[in-house]
Amino acid sequence: MAGNRRKGGKAAGGDGLAVVGRALRKVDAVAKVTGETRFADDLFLPRMLFAKLLRSPHPHARIARIDTARAERLEGVKAVLTGKDLPLPFGILPVSQDEHALARDRVRFVGDPVAAVAATSEEIAAAALELIAVAYEPLPAIGSAEEAVRTGDPRIHDYGPYGNLHKTISLEFGDVEEGFRQAHLVREDLFFYGGSTHLPMEQHAAVAQWSPEGKLTLWSSTQTPHYVHRALAKVLELPPARIRVIATPNGGGFGGKSDPFSHEIVAAKLAMVTGRPVKITLTREEVFYCHRGRHPTLMWVKTGVTQDGAITAMHFRTLLDGGAYGSYGVASTYYTGALQTVTYRVPRYRFEGARAFTNKAPCGPKRGHGTPQPRYAVEVQLDKIAEQLDLDPAELRLRHLVPPHSLTANYLRVGSMGLAQCIEKVVAGSDWKRRFRRLPFGRGLGLACSSYISGAGLPIYWNAMPHSGVQLKCDRSGGVTVFCGSTEIGQGSDSILAYVVAELLGIDPFEISVVTADTDLTPVDLGSYSSRVTVMTGNAAIQAAQRARDVLARHAAKRLDAPVSRIRFAGGRVFDARDPARGMSFAEAVATAEAAEGPVATVGAYTPPAAAGKYRGAGVGPSPAYSYSAAVAEVEVDPATGIVLVPRIWIAHDVGKAINPAAAVGQVEGSVYMGLGEALMEEMAYRANRRVIPKMPSLLEYKSPTTLEMCDVVTYLIEDPDPNGPFGAKEVGQGPLLPVPPAIANAVYDAVGVRVDEIPLTPEKVLRALKKKAKGEDGRVGPVSFPEVRFGEPIRVAPPWEGGDGSARGDPGGRAGTGRASAEVPPTRHH
Amino acid sequence: MLRLPAFTYLRPETLAEALRMKADGGPEAAYVAGGTDLYPNMKRRQQEPRTVISLMGIPELAGLGRGEAGWVIGSCVTLTAMAGHAALRRDLPTLAHAAELVSTPLLRNMGTVGGNLCLDTRCNYYDQTYEWRKAIDFCMKKDGAICWVAPSSPRCWAVSSSDLAPVMVALGASFVLVGPSGARVVPAGRFYLDDGIAYLAKQPDEILTEVRLPAPDGWDAAYHKLRRRGAFDFPVLGVAAWIRWDGASVAQARIVLGGVGSRPQEVPEAGAALQGTRLEPEAVEAAAEAAYRPAKPLDNTDFELSWRKQMTRVFVTRAIEELRARRA
Repeated sequence: MAGNRRKGGKAAGGDGLAVVGRALRKVDAVAKVTGETRFADDLFLPRMLFAKLLRSPHPHARIARIDTARAERLEGVKAVLTGKDLPLPFGILPVSQDEHALARDRVRFVGDPVAAVAATSEEIAAAALELIAVAYEPLPAIGSAEEAVRTGDPRIHDYGPYGNLHKTISLEFGDVEEGFRQAHLVREDLFFYGGSTHLPMEQHAAVAQWSPEGKLTLWSSTQTPHYVHRALAKVLELPPARIRVIATPNGGGFGGKSDPFSHEIVAAKLAMVTGRPVKITLTREEVFYCHRGRHPTLMWVKTGVTQDGAITAMHFRTLLDGGAYGSYGVASTYYTGALQTVTYRVPRYRFEGARAFTNKAPCGPKRGHGTPQPRYAVEVQLDKIAEQLDLDPAELRLRHLVPPHSLTANYLRVGSMGLAQCIEKVVAGSDWKRRFRRLPFGRGLGLACSSYISGAGLPIYWNAMPHSGVQLKCDRSGGVTVFCGSTEIGQGSDSILAYVVAELLGIDPFEISVVTADTDLTPVDLGSYSSRVTVMTGNAAIQAAQRARDVLARHAAKRLDAPVSRIRFAGGRVFDARDPARGMSFAEAVATAEAAEGPVATVGAYTPPAAAGKYRGAGVGPSPAYSYSAAVAEVEVDPATGIVLVPRIWIAHDVGKAINPAAAVGQVEGSVYMGLGEALMEEMAYRANRRVIPKMPSLLEYKSPTTLEMCDVVTYLIEDPDPNGPFGAKEVGQGPLLPVPPAIANAVYDAVGVRVDEIPLTPEKVLRALKKKAKGEDGRVGPVSFPEVRFGEPIRVAPPWEGGDGSARGDPGGRAGTGRASAEVPPTRHH
Repeated sequence: MLRLPAFTYLRPETLAEALRMKADGGPEAAYVAGGTDLYPNMKRRQQEPRTVISLMGIPELAGLGRGEAGWVIGSCVTLTAMAGHAALRRDLPTLAHAAELVSTPLLRNMGTVGGNLCLDTRCNYYDQTYEWRKAIDFCMKKDGAICWVAPSSPRCWAVSSSDLAPVMVALGASFVLVGPSGARVVPAGRFYLDDGIAYLAKQPDEILTEVRLPAPDGWDAAYHKLRRRGAFDFPVLGVAAWIRWDGASVAQARIVLGGVGSRPQEVPEAGAALQGTRLEPEAVEAAAEAAYRPAKPLDNTDFELSWRKQMTRVFVTRAIEELRARRA
């Protein structure tokens, strides 16, 4: 157990840090590897019932009648619910409250929940579902975003700009047409990035308990207990103070457990109705129906460049297939346009985005949320541009990087920016200069870069409170407990709290108790999404620990008769820096302070800096800090089959400062794995011949790479500390996924000279492109057109270098001048 | 969670006892060996036996050895045990190799030779949960009336997805079936029928007890498997190539395709194209072309069917080239 323990302070490195920057084990590692961790499905309460959901077999239908009488009579059945029992809508974003826990009068995708049963066993609950008679009146189903654009009737939802579009966005920062006129070369390209799902090992599960005093407790495998808390209060019409949500450790989330879900609300309602605890554990197939995965996205991008590759203007269009509900979709759509500007200088930028409703499982946030798709398009297009200009793609990028501590055309404030070092590392590591464009036919190298936010700058619902709160309690025994609403999804968020507090208080991180993700016990943290946790909880924890240090130091100084400025915390002791032998144990310091002024308990909080943009839509994209990545992929393409193997990826990630380098490298490798799967094989495919239904909702047939397909990963952590990060840290959980698909696509081109402008890059597509090329045609496979979408007149914002102040033209101060999330603004209605 | 339905589990200790139990259980009783095929299917309600009769406790099904006539492999020998048998690996390396390509190590530890040979045909309209199949109104293989792969077809097109079956056919194996009226020996090539539902010549009450294989005698074989990933996945194409050498030329050849139809499909024209040749490139090309033509994969497995068909040519070529390389 004590194998890699280090006593805080004793092993302080050259940077003076004892804990931060060291490859310590995670605080929950032993429990995880020994099977002691209690996931939601491991909970068993006395008299517990088991719930099952009846789901729609139709992609789109009206519900004429539901008869539950036979199910209610089945022995062992304790309650049956339908939509009329839970009539209030919910949804993660305030602007798209379009979901019901159980469908009221309409089902919108195969898998939409219609009724629920609680019974004394899972088998009885399943049998009861078969006894529920639902009369459906099928409606025509919409199977793709293109179809949604052309088809206004039937409408899947009665809101949105027009037809079956959920949201349209049109923004222009500077005159892009003028930018194109100044260009030496203007390229237009079309790309498609297919949908994929998160595939967490742990299937979603929840347990609800209703106490005789009228208080609800929900344990759930969720990444966002705070938002689940709010949804439960709304739909169940309970005072929030009577609801306690506890997020159990997630066996993987990746964004797929970030929405409030039907099964959580249903389990809670069933517990209230029956007065008994109720558990629900989804099947793997049901996890595919919860989905909220990567939006299939069609993209058109027009970019102008000078002869040396400097971008003069970029015009980017996206069309997202959103599936049946809003979910995070408005934010996802903005994200397909937000981060194009933070890697290479884009002096003029125009973005038009649209999200369509279709009769498929709802899309939402998957690792990288809305940004892997455009990043893939930008990086592949730059590769094409580099070839046309006869430039090395690495050189082209290095020449035109966004400067650190600058403002982009769309008013994102870039802080530290280590992309140059990232590129230099992977170029050196892969022997790029000697091998790129010089490997034998069938082998190739490709390079791509990216950036990602370290936490969304704005909360999901408008409020003026901190995004993260930490409470810290120092016990007279020397024990320290950190309380925080953050949610451990395997990324190490509990460990970060312990490391940061241990560093400041000079104690052993493994002596710290961490209590997280419990709305009764912990101050709010908004949740494990948008790569926000280390930056926000870390800063909140630093503030709480500093305040505790101040209290302890004040009393220790008195006892040691030394000035407070000389008091140090290290090695489990509190001492006088001038004479380290003069001091006391940390426990004695706490006892001293407690004797003087009562229990030592402090709080800390973190609120991101205000956004620089004031135009409508400026709420998506701002972040306290941006991480940067660069990757080189090496591929082997079999020209006879089109099969692509990826033996190795070199990836450098600017994490600002690695609080735990081993955990950071783990996040990089996990991101590479997920990016590799998306690039080569993963696809949320649908059948359309029979019904619009997921083709293969199973772990066997949804193809995710095995260890045999996983490439070797050479990881370089670049540490360019950001002033906004705790100890300079930035995100690492999502960003490293982004460069992987374009790096592979570019490497395939280097290997065999064909462009597959579509993800996943399957053997069928590669072979088709090779055959086209062999016939003398364009060696490209990919989308050929972008449908006519009425994006509307753009909101025009002058970039900072054209005298802009961040507000829309003719709208000084801006509608979003309060810094409100765009998600708060009601969608535009066209009448 | 997806749960198994309730069923009665029986564990006979002799073949005779197993046959009696099946006679008692009737059509609602099913034999099981390792269970890696049956139990997931039962969870999805693709098969709904009320009684499951395990063959794993019957000693005569567990033998593995070489006799005078060749190899005899008991049907309940696990894939791991067979593939790891040193003498068998020496004599029948292609069979061991094919066994090692099945699924994952964990499933091979449970899965048996007989189970893989009797593997239920697969189709991605059929290998789905009850709820999913209900959403498409089921198919003719279970609970429905139509084949969604070929809606005008009177038959089921589920795919033979065994890795061992095409190898057995190519190697000229024969299977021993024991039923209430005694034992019979069926050549592997006649054990499989061209129908996704009635895909075995085995009667439901018969037990596949053992596989007989010829000893090495101047022949060589190769097996090439196409699938998305290096583990887990069933073959979407399996090519078993067998050649009897006469000096430097081919005396006789067999090319058998798995994963392209409801049974392993021997392509006699492909074998004939190799006979008498020294596997010159033209001969290999002719055999690959001959195998390509009758391969008619349908849209019911992973990958696009046109690509799978094209891959027949590539994989047949590569299997034959492996044999040529070994001879050189």
